[in-house]
Amino acid sequence: ADIISTVEFNYSGDLLATGDKGGRVVIFQREQENKSRPHSRGEYNVYSTFQSHEPEFDYLKSLEIEEKINKIRWLPQQNAAHFLLSTNDKTIKLWKISERDKRAEGYNLKDEDGRLRDPFRITALRVPVLKPMDLMVEASPRRIFANAHTYHINSISVNSDHETYLSADDLRINLWHLEITDRSFNIVDIKPANMEELTEVITAAEFHPHHCNVFVYSSSKGTIRLCDMRSSALCDRHSKFFEEPEDPSSRSFFSEIISSISDVKFSHSGRYMMTRDYLSVKVWDLNMENRPVETYQVHEYLRSKLCSLYENDCIFDKFECCWNGSDSAIMTGSYNNFFRMFDRNTRRDVTLEASRESSKPRALLKPRKVCTGGKRKKDEISVDSLDFNKKILHTAWHPMENIIAVAATNNLYIFQDKIN
Amino acid sequence: QDMQEKEPITPERAEEVKLKAKYPSLGQKPGGSDFLMKRLQKGQKYFDSGDYNMAKAKMKNKQLPSAGPDKNLVTGDHIPTPQDLPQRKSSLVTSKLAG
Repeated sequence: ADIISTVEFNYSGDLLATGDKGGRVVIFQREQENKSRPHSRGEYNVYSTFQSHEPEFDYLKSLEIEEKINKIRWLPQQNAAHFLLSTNDKTIKLWKISERDKRAEGYNLKDEDGRLRDPFRITALRVPVLKPMDLMVEASPRRIFANAHTYHINSISVNSDHETYLSADDLRINLWHLEITDRSFNIVDIKPANMEELTEVITAAEFHPHHCNVFVYSSSKGTIRLCDMRSSALCDRHSKFFEEPEDPSSRSFFSEIISSISDVKFSHSGRYMMTRDYLSVKVWDLNMENRPVETYQVHEYLRSKLCSLYENDCIFDKFECCWNGSDSAIMTGSYNNFFRMFDRNTRRDVTLEASRESSKPRALLKPRKVCTGGKRKKDEISVDSLDFNKKILHTAWHPMENIIAVAATNNLYIFQDKIN
Repeated sequence: QDMQEKEPITPERAEEVKLKAKYPSLGQKPGGSDFLMKRLQKGQKYFDSGDYNMAKAKMKNKQLPSAGPDKNLVTGDHIPTPQDLPQRKSSLVTSKLAG
């Protein structure tokens, strides 16, 4: 199994897609509730697996293009088939996943095993009949959106109009129509005329969940820009600029690096957005640009380890974050296979672990605690014992229920609320 | 430069001092352009398409018989493939032709 690089529930939560470093997409489907098997309430099983992207080499630019799936985004379901967008560093693909549970039998010109029948032997005409067959799930690429990004794609986001979507790389954001692959519109371009003046890059972008003219993008300097596509064709000038003022006396070599935003997500309500930087998660009210309304510390104890985290490159890890369906809770990952959940109303937080040892099927997860001070209590883990190779970068929350998907390197964990 | 001050040093600043002590040549710009440039350069590899195709063709044919008495000496036997080449260290000064 390969390292999982993205996790995403579809709009109903019945399907869960994962992308991995090997360019493969695996889709899980939730089992229907079955009275005869009450324990299998809502278990997710493999529904479809397909190879989405292959490694490529751009000979003209001497650039190796990884097949790693950076992001998957589902389209809202409009018919029996399911559609999703998957992207690697350079190319976005629209995949159609459809079910086939019938096949035609009794063809005139060929046998049941496909061999051609001798036309002179055919004396009568028959009408083929549809017979049920074992369910087959097929994935086929319907559109390939290529050659629009010079730099590496970090985000894709489907618009609420269900007709367009955006793709963002380090310096540019493009707008596409789902039906048109040979054209895309550039809506943000922050490439400086002189590359030596480059000071910040785009790290994530997302469309507003309800206003099809509004999107946001975050930067490596910890800022978020909200843009309105009605105001101009090129949205280089933002409509809103979100930045938390920094205390100049606390500035250090690491300040800018740890302020880099690795993920930005609108709340389902569309009233708030959440950003993830290296040490914290911040919730912003779209009506207030000068500071976030809530800040949650994910692993503040790492602030005194920044030197070694810079040396082993962990300081550049890009953690994602997500909202629950009602926007009352948020979740993000950390190291040592830990992930954190924050309740926005009660202000309570919990640290849980996604590992084989600590998760037996149907057993309650035990909260974890990292010891920062001197005396380590039993069951606590000290900061120096944390495994920085076990990072949880990708998590997803079911759109309506308390079911979460957590990717721990090459393992996928699905946790549910305990049934009473 | 903060080591002389009497006031308590923040954990972040303490880490910075540690880093500067290990790598004194680390740039003045925090994070800065060179780190961003390296990020944009990700995936850059250099190879010779002629060598690459020669290697592919060689793999199709049988192994070439080693000539001469010294059969263990391998000179120029290995044709580099894209996977073998080390990643080129990005120069800090970008050519005006790039991008």
